[in-house]
Amino acid sequence: MDIKDKISTLVPGVEFKEQGDLIAVIPAASFHRAAEALRYDKEDAMDYLRDIVGMDWGETLGALYYLESTTTHARIVLRTETADRENPLLPSVSDLWKTAVIKEREAFDFFGIRFTGNPDMRRIFLREDWVGHPFRKDYDEKSNELNMNNEVNADVTTEYTLKADGTLTTEKHVVFEPDDFVVNVGPQHPSTHGALRLRVALDGETVKRVDPVCGYIHRGIEKMNESLTYPQTLALTDRLDYLSAHQSRHALCMCIEQAAGIEISERAKYIRTIMDELQRIDSHLLFYSCLVLDMGGFTPFFYGFREREMILQIMEETTGGRLIQNYNMIGGVQADLHPDFQKKVKEFIKHMRGIIHEYHEIFTGNVIVTTRLKGVGVLSKEDAISFGATGGTGRASGWANDVRKHHPYGLYDKVDFKEIVYTEGDSFARYMVRMDEIMESMKIIEQLIDNIPEGEYRVKTKPIIRIPEGNYSTSVESSRGEFAVFLESHGDKTPYRLHYRSTGLPLVHALDTACRGQKIADLIAIGASMDFVIPDIDR
Amino acid sequence: MKYEEFKNNDYLENMVKELQANGVNVAVSKLDDLINWGRSNSVWSFLLGTSCCAIEFMTLGAARYDMARFGFEVTRNSPRQGDVLLVLGTITNKMAPLMKRLYDQLAEPKYVVAVGGCTISGGPFKKSYHVVKGIDKIVPVDVYIPGCPPRPEAFYYGLMQLQRKIKLEHFFGGVNRKQPKPIEE
Amino acid sequence: MNTSFLDYYSIQPVTSWIHEALCSVMPEALAIFIECVVIGVVIVALYAVLAIILIYMERKVCAAFQCRIGPNRVGGKGGLLQVPADVLKILTKEIIRLKNSDHLLYDLAPYLVILASILSFSCLPWNKGAHILDMNIGILFVLAASSIGVVGILLAGWASNNKYTMIGAVRSGAMIISYELSLGIIVLSMVVLSETASISGIVESQANGWNLFKGHAIAILAFVVYLIAGNAEANRGPFDLAEAEQELTAGYHTEYSGLHFGFFYLAEYLNLFITAGFASTLFLGGWMPLHVAGLDGFNAVMDYIPGVVWFFGKTFFVVWLLMWIKWTFIRLRIDQVLVFEWKYLMPTSLLILILMVVLKVFGLVF
Repeated sequence: MDIKDKISTLVPGVEFKEQGDLIAVIPAASFHRAAEALRYDKEDAMDYLRDIVGMDWGETLGALYYLESTTTHARIVLRTETADRENPLLPSVSDLWKTAVIKEREAFDFFGIRFTGNPDMRRIFLREDWVGHPFRKDYDEKSNELNMNNEVNADVTTEYTLKADGTLTTEKHVVFEPDDFVVNVGPQHPSTHGALRLRVALDGETVKRVDPVCGYIHRGIEKMNESLTYPQTLALTDRLDYLSAHQSRHALCMCIEQAAGIEISERAKYIRTIMDELQRIDSHLLFYSCLVLDMGGFTPFFYGFREREMILQIMEETTGGRLIQNYNMIGGVQADLHPDFQKKVKEFIKHMRGIIHEYHEIFTGNVIVTTRLKGVGVLSKEDAISFGATGGTGRASGWANDVRKHHPYGLYDKVDFKEIVYTEGDSFARYMVRMDEIMESMKIIEQLIDNIPEGEYRVKTKPIIRIPEGNYSTSVESSRGEFAVFLESHGDKTPYRLHYRSTGLPLVHALDTACRGQKIADLIAIGASMDFVIPDIDR
Repeated sequence: MKYEEFKNNDYLENMVKELQANGVNVAVSKLDDLINWGRSNSVWSFLLGTSCCAIEFMTLGAARYDMARFGFEVTRNSPRQGDVLLVLGTITNKMAPLMKRLYDQLAEPKYVVAVGGCTISGGPFKKSYHVVKGIDKIVPVDVYIPGCPPRPEAFYYGLMQLQRKIKLEHFFGGVNRKQPKPIEE
Repeated sequence: MNTSFLDYYSIQPVTSWIHEALCSVMPEALAIFIECVVIGVVIVALYAVLAIILIYMERKVCAAFQCRIGPNRVGGKGGLLQVPADVLKILTKEIIRLKNSDHLLYDLAPYLVILASILSFSCLPWNKGAHILDMNIGILFVLAASSIGVVGILLAGWASNNKYTMIGAVRSGAMIISYELSLGIIVLSMVVLSETASISGIVESQANGWNLFKGHAIAILAFVVYLIAGNAEANRGPFDLAEAEQELTAGYHTEYSGLHFGFFYLAEYLNLFITAGFASTLFLGGWMPLHVAGLDGFNAVMDYIPGVVWFFGKTFFVVWLLMWIKWTFIRLRIDQVLVFEWKYLMPTSLLILILMVVLKVFGLVF
């Protein structure tokens, strides 16, 4: 049955928008019922909530729900609106998808939409004493001065419930009891991979509860995008997840090209795909280094960096940048490949294949490593899907979620590669997924590197691009999960709302489930094996 | 690096002149030189890595650039034991009080190096509502290393400038940390 | 077996000559007092110099394992003055006093750690006739003295009033006390083999063969167990849970700065040296030269190398072994560390003790 008919029978009189993505506009009153029916649909359950995008449409606030089925990989967008701006309320779907808990917190933080039924309605990125909600169009940017007082974190969360007669009741949930031994891990901590803060309740050495506090590197990129022209928005994507700089920018370029109807050349597609895969190897090597470092091994750390340096050199020759390359442009890439590019890439692959056994000898086969990683921090497949833990973390739990396979972009439909899936769901599986993906990425590059066609590397585009009204989205498989761009255009030269799907936010959210009952040393190892990058979480 | 290759020699020479004007005796200044030699060659970094620059700092420690050669070997993770607060990456409004606290926790003598465009001025995020436009508004900065992120060579140049700066300090006499005398009632 | 070479090694004549020379110009009590002061200064100076050498060695060794160069700019070629620079820096660094800490215990802790380390350090047999502390139960004294260190670590963790230091201190307390057992039992088995508990006696009993070879495979097993337990005692990787940089930022000494932190840092390296020193004393014959039965010419050449060189050579070899282990393995988890000790290492060391006694009783050793 067609998805449109299905929703129409669920909610009579539903409206569909088809500029760009297919959007079903569902009134808030019947939203939860419709979402539940889609979530538990018999033949095509929409069990993966990709993202919730809070919106400010002037008259009303609201949210877009991007859903996907893990069996057929069909996608649908649901749109719902609040009744007014002053007291915006929406029904929570946190009972259907676990990831909604944290995504709804984000929407609350940015737009002030209160979700009734969500057990945790604290702010997530901004300080708890922040005034106003910055993503609303009428937010005054001067309203919050730099506050140098230390922030106090509440140990209780609030749940709002809407009674049948329209009154709002609140209920308190306790995060940490007063006599819990709460340890702050972060935001300045050697192994939180940036400015993440975890409040951890301990029972001796055993982790009782993990409560992530984000926002220490929240730079308001999405809000800034609303005042930048489309070519200007590109620069900020590289700084989101700096280890997936190419891939993130690739996603945004594809989204704008798709919306503006720009066709890119075959050569540009080849270059982009090869660069994406080089970036993936780069990121996974860094993952290896950081994992071993977090577990107390210093020497293997240097192995990862030794090979990574070769990739950085290759990238620098062509793009001019080592870590952040600013290479993809609307219509192609910024510069043509360096004449030595092909030769050096081939040399690197040969070198890497010859040396990867060293990585496994010093680390993978070590008995301490296997006892510390195997069976630790297990995330079940159901949990991984419900949390939306994409990328290597999801694939280690048995969830085949590779965007390159299921929604091919670039040249991924033309190359032959294996989607690495493990079923254990523990830290060791997460580690092995990355190590195997290095090999797969090299396979992809080998298939492409000799066949780069001649031609334009960049199609000329106008300096100011206007995108027709509508909602557009693209997703790519970044180094650490599904990175997606959600764009709503109102026909201007600047986006009305440009939202990025964070690959790390669901992983941080899943930490609590994975770490309970484990030791404090495991918390660090599990965090490292999930491989999140904090600026991408906080945006 | 050779002395002539540094680009801001006149600035340091002026500083030396200014310091020498205050004058200390020979024995003390020799002892000062020894201590400064020790301090400048043993700069233990304390990292506040929030984003991209921290990754480039890691390559600085790795085999190719190997900062252990110069005496930056040890990175301590406790502010009590570090000498230089390396701020690597954007400082947001939420992070600012914490950075101030970390600076306060450092033991004297302490230095601050601002790495990357974000820490110097807010960089590409200057227009954001949640980014501190330059950490020098909050803590005193000794060396700025621009770049987004800076290359490892730039890191070296910056850290060597810091070493040069440390060498001009006076341990005895306290001219460097001159504070206005409190007005006596 | 010919043991005349032992006389060549002895520095006894020198020391007694000095003592007599002093006694001839002053009363004996004053002479002894002066000697004690001199020896004390020598120990502390040696302690500091060795720490510098060890830190430099560690940096160079780990750099070699990590495909790096390591320090090579400070102080000319090879970065020889890198560690002195660090020392100067630490000496002139501010010592922070915490507002909400137990000041007395907080200040006491680093001194306890360094005291324990110096006490066991002075028991090392450098050469024949160069034992500084030598008594008939010397090895038991070492075990007792080195255990004081854990009190210092526990105090440091407790008095700092910080959650990380507390976890680090409790970890190290649990770990060191557990591994002390294995260590003690292994030492006992060597005492059985050497028939004495005096350190100089243990070394001299190895004149006709090192304990490592005398006790067959059991002694080799004992050596391995000693290295593991000793590594844990010295709080070094893969047993550096008390410091556990990636988990507890700096472990029990998170809140210490300046000289106080320097003491912990020194003690860590010296404990490594002490562990290695006693490994060479107990198993590798201390200052005894290497002799191969039957090769008299070779043995004679070996005899010309001074004992102190032998001692340092062996000790630094063991230090290098321990560094190799540290820079290869990743850190264990606290429950694994304890399970490993109580379920495997303890029974093994008990078994070693029993087998050693059996061997000795039936005269099956060399």
